[in-house]
Amino acid sequence: MDTTELERIAREIRLRDLQAVFEAGAGHIGGEMSVIDILTALYFRVLNVWPDQPKHPDRDRFVLSKGHTACALYVTLAKRGFIPEEEISTFLQPHSRLNGHPNCNKVPGVETNTGPLGHGLPVAVGMAKAAKLSGAKFHTYVVTGDGEMQEGSNWEAIMAAAQFKLDNLTLVIDHNRFQQGAALAETNDLAPLRPKLEAFDWEVTEINGNTMSEIVPALEHRGTRPHCIVAHTNKGHGISFMQDRVDWHHKVPSKEQYEIALAELSEAL
Amino acid sequence: MNAPINPPKLHDCRDAFATTLERLATENEKIVAVCNDSVGSSKLGGFKSKFPERLVNVGIAEQNMVGVGAGLANGGRLPFVCAAAPFLTGRSLEQIKADISYSNANVKLVGISSGMAYGELGPTHHSIEDFAWTRVLPNLPVIAPCDRIETAAAVAWAATYDGPCFLRLSRVGVPDLLPEGHKFELGKANLLRQGSDITLIANGTLTHRILKAAEILAERGVSARVLNLATVRPIDEEAIIAAARETGAIVTAEEHSIFGGLGSAVAEVVVDNAPVPMKRLGVPGVYAPTGSAEFLLDEFGMAPSAIADAAQALIKRK
Repeated sequence: MDTTELERIAREIRLRDLQAVFEAGAGHIGGEMSVIDILTALYFRVLNVWPDQPKHPDRDRFVLSKGHTACALYVTLAKRGFIPEEEISTFLQPHSRLNGHPNCNKVPGVETNTGPLGHGLPVAVGMAKAAKLSGAKFHTYVVTGDGEMQEGSNWEAIMAAAQFKLDNLTLVIDHNRFQQGAALAETNDLAPLRPKLEAFDWEVTEINGNTMSEIVPALEHRGTRPHCIVAHTNKGHGISFMQDRVDWHHKVPSKEQYEIALAELSEAL
Repeated sequence: MNAPINPPKLHDCRDAFATTLERLATENEKIVAVCNDSVGSSKLGGFKSKFPERLVNVGIAEQNMVGVGAGLANGGRLPFVCAAAPFLTGRSLEQIKADISYSNANVKLVGISSGMAYGELGPTHHSIEDFAWTRVLPNLPVIAPCDRIETAAAVAWAATYDGPCFLRLSRVGVPDLLPEGHKFELGKANLLRQGSDITLIANGTLTHRILKAAEILAERGVSARVLNLATVRPIDEEAIIAAARETGAIVTAEEHSIFGGLGSAVAEVVVDNAPVPMKRLGVPGVYAPTGSAEFLLDEFGMAPSAIADAAQALIKRK
């Protein structure tokens, strides 16, 4: 699938995500908008996955460590055929399997339960190590938030991945520069991320994480060390009044705001 | 009953764990051991020399260790994640909850040197909270074997059980209590001694102590039933209710805080089904003073004679 087509799908996912968050009256829309291009590239171009066989042993593994952006994952999984598209309307409804954070025992395509931050990367290291031990060819991808990199468990995993020489592991840091309450720069600023990862003996690529032509080659890159993609993104990407505004971490648009956002995203289609 | 002339031989259950794991790993190439620099204390030296590639040592990083275990299971391996119990459970409790229990990952958590096994090293190294922390988590059987035979049986069971579990092992020597060839059954208490006046319940390093207490009670004319309750969750409600109804009083003893552990678990069943007087022996909600594990168990009222005294005091409340 070419980048133009991927961009079109990403816009459709943004639109459906916006609708789902508006209808549910909850969600983490800022971080969803920032990560949707990466999810789209993964599920519609990069990952070897088979929606009819979600547990196929040779599938590539994907872990959304920033589990609070589950809605974007659900919309992507639905569009890719893992769950029915009409099920998105049940997001956060009583007994829906589409919880505020993804559940691997309920939603096909989800590999491990995330929600508390700093969990996905250690699990992904285990997945990549499992492939090394068994000789399996699958590749493991994990997406973390940049604020999430403040969790010490991530740095434990970064050390282990380098020690284990996991060239079959790709970490994407969704670097939208904002965490829940403030900018990273005002909280515990990890920027610049590149030298920190390089100091731990990872290969690092920096890209615009909302530009498909940069995302795809970075995800498809294969090297000799664990690979970190520092994806410079915009929180709320695609919706003018949300972009780079910390208050859109988990704010829900009003009816008026929803109409404006809908119009902007529809126009982009 | 006279005390044996020669004291029974004591065994470090870690040896049974290690030799069983090595045997199972020979038969099942999926088995891997994961540890936090604890090759020696987890007795994984033999495993390391036999299967060097299958020993995943993450270094001193317990949160990552548990997460890696979950990922290894997702990738088709059968991980036994081994570390000193206080650090395995306390340091990485959220990983145990989210990555193992909630995700239902097929990971075997093996807490070594649990309870107050690291006696003199002090309360930072004591693991007297781990029953409380783990037994509230769904999908996670919690098991504390009482001797080397039950340890080997529980490890063999864990390798065939499709789901996570927490095996709570000690390094403190215990005598053989169960017959050779004993098969572990999840959630089943072992009746070690029949009795009608009171029931003594324990697991792990306390089981042999309550057996001795029952012998002392017999000399005093008291008939004590003895249950070994290795599985704290899922708990053997049937055996506990029968004990309450048939003996009318229950004493529990554990190398754990009296809050949230084996005694609490038994009390929950008793209160819901067949209320009878109970006494929970354990660490009474304090940080232990300096001393060996054996000293501390005696210090906290769990010498066999003290357990017998507690049982007799309880019988008076029936």
